[in-house]
Amino acid sequence: MITIADMVNAQALLLDHLGIAKLLAVIGGSMGGMQALQWAVAYPERVHQVIAMACAARQPAQAIAFNEVGRQAIMADPNWNGGDYYGKKPPAKGLAVARMVGHITYLSDDAMKEKFGRRLRDIRDYSFTFSADFEVESYLRHQGLSFTNRFDANSYLYITRAIDYFDLENGHRSLIDAFRNVRSRFLVMAFSSDWLHPPYQLKEIVSALRATHKHVTYYEVDSPYGHDAFLLEREKMEGIISVFLASGARTFAVPPEPARRCQADDTAEPRTKAAEGQF
Amino acid sequence: MQRVDYALIEEMVPERATVLDLGCGDGELLERLVRDKGVCGSGVDISPEAVRACVARGLSVFHGDLDEGLADYEDGSFDVVILSFSLQQLRRPRLVVREMVRVGRLALVSFPNFAHWTLRGQLLLTGKMPVSKELPYEWYDTPNIHLCTIRDFRDLCRHEALTIEREVYLRSFEEPAPTLRFPNLSARIALFAVSRAAPAS
Repeated sequence: MITIADMVNAQALLLDHLGIAKLLAVIGGSMGGMQALQWAVAYPERVHQVIAMACAARQPAQAIAFNEVGRQAIMADPNWNGGDYYGKKPPAKGLAVARMVGHITYLSDDAMKEKFGRRLRDIRDYSFTFSADFEVESYLRHQGLSFTNRFDANSYLYITRAIDYFDLENGHRSLIDAFRNVRSRFLVMAFSSDWLHPPYQLKEIVSALRATHKHVTYYEVDSPYGHDAFLLEREKMEGIISVFLASGARTFAVPPEPARRCQADDTAEPRTKAAEGQF
Repeated sequence: MQRVDYALIEEMVPERATVLDLGCGDGELLERLVRDKGVCGSGVDISPEAVRACVARGLSVFHGDLDEGLADYEDGSFDVVILSFSLQQLRRPRLVVREMVRVGRLALVSFPNFAHWTLRGQLLLTGKMPVSKELPYEWYDTPNIHLCTIRDFRDLCRHEALTIEREVYLRSFEEPAPTLRFPNLSARIALFAVSRAAPAS
């Protein structure tokens, strides 16, 4: 098995090789958002800013459930052959079904209604067979099939498993504790109709960071496109991302900031004391 | 414009305090507090434009609706919670004030005083909804849905068993009025510092 942490460690090794000590920003959506969070936790000194979108600090049960359906579809395909299908017929049917399930989780009720409704595909009336009468069926079948041309079934198994195992709390008392040593500035972005990673999951990340007064901004994009919104709503995202990157660029060059007032530390006592003095 | 209400708020915020500014708008006040008082500040605002303006200033801000409360915020997690001139725009002002003193040790609330004599006069003499520099909207398009007076706010504090630590008044945004004799008649703006704590003896 590989984990999100393994992926991030590999990226860090690449940066070592390229001679890049510190990143201005790590940005990602969905699994990429998990990687961005993992970056901040694993390499606090190397990440100035994190932009995490449409993701969670711990993969939730519903998302694991959909991944599991996908994996079962692949493994139920006889061509999967315990994972040993290279040089033979690949488990394309199983992978296509996995992709179809995945694709449903990326859309929303509204998006499907708008995109397909109950429209029929190239026919006047129902065929009363199991062929793809509806536009939505035909679309999913197409998405599933075209995916098999560019994606390996075993990769799908391993990557979804890595996502399922992602849990930043693991090994810590709480998420707050997991974030205790991060030093990055955060922009956490949710999308209103995303039901795979609904806004509350992003807000959990924000709350945990805020508990130790980290620099964190929460931004919610109003969008009908579901989880896919982070790939589609470019115009609604670029304003906030560009000002966030610009503000990061202004603070980036300054090496070790001496008074990290807003950062987590266990020496918050004097500040409270000062406040008491005033009142 | 020299915002005297901001200066008065600034005066009440201790150096290096942790500050939460509710309805922070474009972050002007918060940036000032960070710069002058070295506070660890963050804001909350419902408008995407406001959030972007705050982020452009390098502030951290939460994009959300105050009327939903501050459930994600821990008790006593801030030294000071500010609500500057937004009270009257909230659907649930009482809930928000309650939340402010839960999350913060000190709550600073400023609002337009609807009992100012010119407003009373407008209603009395013209029989129409008052319009002023602080409340520049017509009744049908105003965001100010919960207007109150200084006496009303004191009542709210009493109902909520809050301690009024300080009360200051302004004749306008530019003009403080430290020694106003009948504030509920002559102050256009009021600023209250309230807390849950027992009054300091």
